[in-house]
Amino acid sequence: MSEIEKIKSEYLEKLNNCSNTDNLNQIKNELFGKNGLITNQFKLISSKSENEKKNFAAQINLIKNLLQDKIERVSKQIEIDEINKKLDTERVDVTLPERSFKKGKIHPVSQVIDEISSIFSEIGFSVAEGPDVENEYNNFTALNTPPNHPARDMHDTFYLSEDKNLLLRTHTSPVQIRTMLKGKPPFKIIAPGRTYRCDSDQTHTPMFHQLEGLHVDKDINMGHLKGCLNYFIKEFFEVKKLKMRFRPSHFPFTEPSAEVDIGYDLKNGEIIIGEGDKWLEILGCGMVHPNVLKNSKVDSSKYQGFAFGIGIDRLAMLKYGIKDLRSFFDCNYKWLNHYGFDPVDVPTNYRGLSR
Amino acid sequence: MKFTLNWLKDHLVTKKSEKQITDTLNKIGLEVENIHPIKDEFSDFLIAKIIKSEKHPNADRLKVCDVDVGQKNILKVVCGAANACAGLITIYAPPGSIIPKNNMKLEVSKIRGVTSYGMLCSESELNLSNESKGIIALSGKFKNKVGKSYFNNKKENVIELSITPNRPDCLGIRGIARDLAAAGIGKLKPLKNKKLKKNNNKINVVIKKSKNQSCKIFGSCLITNIKNQESPKWLKDRLIAVGLRPISAVVDITNFIMIDLNRPLHAYDLDKINKRIIVRESKKNESLNALDNKKYNLSDGMCVISDEGGPLGLGGIIGGTRSSTEIDTKNIIVESAYFDPSITRNTSSILNLNSDAKYRFERGIDPNSIENGLQKAAEMITEICGGEIGKFQLTKTTEILKKEIKLDNNFPSKVLGINISYKEIINILENLGFKCKKNKSYVSVQIPSWRPDVNEKIDLVEEIIRIKGLETIKSIDPEKNRINETLNNNQKHFHLAQRSIASKGYLEAITWSFANEQINNFFLNSKKCNRLINPISADLGVLRSSIFSNLVEKIKENIDRGENNIALFEVGPVFDGINPGEQAINATAISAGYAVNPNWNEKKRLLDVFDVKRDLIHILNELGTIEDEIEIETSNLPNYFHPGKSGNISYSNNPNNHFASFGELHPNIINQLEVKTDSMVGFEINLDKYVKLKGLNKKIKNVYQFSEYQKSERDFAFIVDKNIKAQELLKLIKNVDSTMIKDISIFDLYEGENIPKEKKSLAFKVVIQSIDKALTENDINNISKKIIKTIEDKTGSKLRS
Repeated sequence: MSEIEKIKSEYLEKLNNCSNTDNLNQIKNELFGKNGLITNQFKLISSKSENEKKNFAAQINLIKNLLQDKIERVSKQIEIDEINKKLDTERVDVTLPERSFKKGKIHPVSQVIDEISSIFSEIGFSVAEGPDVENEYNNFTALNTPPNHPARDMHDTFYLSEDKNLLLRTHTSPVQIRTMLKGKPPFKIIAPGRTYRCDSDQTHTPMFHQLEGLHVDKDINMGHLKGCLNYFIKEFFEVKKLKMRFRPSHFPFTEPSAEVDIGYDLKNGEIIIGEGDKWLEILGCGMVHPNVLKNSKVDSSKYQGFAFGIGIDRLAMLKYGIKDLRSFFDCNYKWLNHYGFDPVDVPTNYRGLSR
Repeated sequence: MKFTLNWLKDHLVTKKSEKQITDTLNKIGLEVENIHPIKDEFSDFLIAKIIKSEKHPNADRLKVCDVDVGQKNILKVVCGAANACAGLITIYAPPGSIIPKNNMKLEVSKIRGVTSYGMLCSESELNLSNESKGIIALSGKFKNKVGKSYFNNKKENVIELSITPNRPDCLGIRGIARDLAAAGIGKLKPLKNKKLKKNNNKINVVIKKSKNQSCKIFGSCLITNIKNQESPKWLKDRLIAVGLRPISAVVDITNFIMIDLNRPLHAYDLDKINKRIIVRESKKNESLNALDNKKYNLSDGMCVISDEGGPLGLGGIIGGTRSSTEIDTKNIIVESAYFDPSITRNTSSILNLNSDAKYRFERGIDPNSIENGLQKAAEMITEICGGEIGKFQLTKTTEILKKEIKLDNNFPSKVLGINISYKEIINILENLGFKCKKNKSYVSVQIPSWRPDVNEKIDLVEEIIRIKGLETIKSIDPEKNRINETLNNNQKHFHLAQRSIASKGYLEAITWSFANEQINNFFLNSKKCNRLINPISADLGVLRSSIFSNLVEKIKENIDRGENNIALFEVGPVFDGINPGEQAINATAISAGYAVNPNWNEKKRLLDVFDVKRDLIHILNELGTIEDEIEIETSNLPNYFHPGKSGNISYSNNPNNHFASFGELHPNIINQLEVKTDSMVGFEINLDKYVKLKGLNKKIKNVYQFSEYQKSERDFAFIVDKNIKAQELLKLIKNVDSTMIKDISIFDLYEGENIPKEKKSLAFKVVIQSIDKALTENDINNISKKIIKTIEDKTGSKLRS
């Protein structure tokens, strides 16, 4: 065996047994240092005959590359081994609590308003608004409820002026008037918002939320009203089937007027919407009264349409199984955390209303 | 409006069941509110079961029982009977009931320190026998009847309707019968009048003419030589069934006719009346001792029925005691009149006076029912009390006009979206008492006098579909065509703000738009206070001027409940005045407690102004405003913040016009409101103002300029006057070369040793990079020198060596 072959086999063996950086550096030095074995072999090239030179050089180069490759691999392995060894000493108890994070929530009423807006957005409604403080005309008179009308009894009104001209709106219907006075038909709006009545007990709070709907165009009839509400309630409760009943009623600002009941069943104390033979009153609606159109400067011989009003808080209670209306406004930390919604849960039509 | 089926059948021939009738009522808009057995003095006594029985803690012979009376809650009742043991089924008397044996009214009371809600009864207490040892023990077959009335098993039902204000005609049983007949539930019986023998007796009646005369027609009839008495049983039973208290035959008959025909009547004792009846407007300082035993001071212009001696009653509302009938009354005047709805309502609302008559007159009584009322009253009174009937006398100020409406044939179909024939329209309307005349393209409809609510053709459409049935309208699927965007720019920001704030760890609250005036005053910041005229309670007396007032209160409540770290926010209106539109949408948040909770691996830290500033800047970022566009200002700070630890935010290009503020809440407020926290910080954004200043969010993004060249960092520390703001220095540095200087951060603030007292050391890291070339050492040094010179020259600061 030639000298160079000996070096090769000896050092491959050494490298196979090498397990730390110091040892590896020593081997590197022994082979490739100033007087290293391989270095010295290279020095021998010039002493060879012209015939041998080429072969000899080629052989040394081959073995040099081979050893260097091996060193490279061993070096990587040593690094890995050393990190692995270190990891053993770095164990922590990962069951210790994480650093705290804060989680905010969206109020169920806001969530439900967003759900409603998303549903109506699908059928081309836009969201309208009006002020919380209203004048008596927009809240009552323009809505075909003149002074001394008995229907005013049903609205326990908060007043802001002694002459009773300024008040907190008792329903979202004045938004109809404002929207129509401001624009030109057709109108296709919903108006969610705060409403106020001077009433407070187990099932009433002095402030609550209503949703107004208004669709006025040349030929919008009561069939459209039915279709719209049927679509909305089904989408809102995320049910495929829905039993719905229209009962004639009376509101000064719509005619014909109706109250709408939806079918439900009680299962283990929970309300299941859409099934069963019990009825739940859910909203009031009707065809916009011609006097309301007239008061809103809309030509009632050319335009007609429907309007509806729903209690938003009650919808939230029904959908999410919340028992007590008053709890919505208590701002109890635990309640808000429990019934609130994650801010990333934005109701959309493509991802769905709820998770 | 209450009625019984038996009473209904006085007017309606029908074989339909109660269920069919009530279903139909609901279908035609006469909503059935309640169906329950007729109540009398025995209805209150309920079958009950004792769940648990324990010795009274303070009395040896008494027991405290848990009693199931079929309601949601189990009741505590104290009982002295030896046999009151768990499992016993017995009879329970609730508070408010009257014990037959001694006519005592039960009340919730404390018996030796334990509150007892009602009583368990013995047979003798209920006059069932003389047995008074122990309470009644019912047999096991009553087990399933717990909560039911013991005495009421076979009674007829009372049906209670919720009549909408437009349907005064259905405040009489005949009106309900008419609607049912039109809906196919039976046949309306014709009204039969007996032929009466009348004499010529009458009293002089004058209606004083005036602009606001409420009385349009005054009908009267004298009935003399009667023998008033207790009403016969059938009459008393009917009145009790609908919730009226029998008084005497004369009064009961007027009440009966009011319920039966919706024809309010009033009976006066003729012998107590001074000469004649004058219907006139009241004068100031007049008063009336009314039948509800209250004295009413009248103001100008109320309609009074009077005699020469003064008011006898308020027209259409209530009678007075001076002329009231008694059991020994011999001669009476029966009044049957028409009063104006709106004037009646106005008077009663001024006097805060409610009565069955007022309830009907303010909705509109059939002006043509006057004679019929007198006829019916005369029939019944003479039948029960005897006597002689005088002349039916009608005094009028105006004629009742007939109403007629033209109904285009196709109008109902256009509104309802279904085809309804001529024939059907006429059929329905005539069944309801309308008179129809067919013309070529329309039907001419005469409105019955009992329907004051029907004035326009749309009212007729409602009548038609109400009877035809709303279920016959076919649902039309909604179309997707859109007129406007779903949300406008303000609404988008409202929505974004909610989600953005919540994502920073705040819980969304919804609080009243009103506030406690005392708390609100802390947050007025020189705005005026806006009071409600009739608040729901004294502590909710004003419109809130800032959402802070309610949030602070809610934070306090939560802290008092043991929640020490809490963050709440609300997006909603605040009010600047009491006129419509004097309000703005604010997004307001408060947090209290720790920024870093005490925990196993970090140092705990209380919240401070930089925590809330971080949240606010982050939120503004998400709303579309970056740090470079805004400026923090410390003048004109809201006075509810710590003056040294708060700031306002304005757009740099629109200074001193702030749209948001943040800071630590003023320690005096925390202290005076007794909020138990070591730290409370908050921010508020006037969203309306913010959106107005900002405008639309840009849809198109600027072209991103990517630099391929090396960036360099240089650090500078300056010794600066303490009152020089970091923001100012940052701006100066940036302006040295705003294209090359890509980023500046402050990595150290030092005050204290080695630095003069009035100075601070601020250290900046500046990132410098060019978009179009590799910067040489020389280039960078030039910028560095410029930075140092600018800061030193402009602020008198010194580079720290």
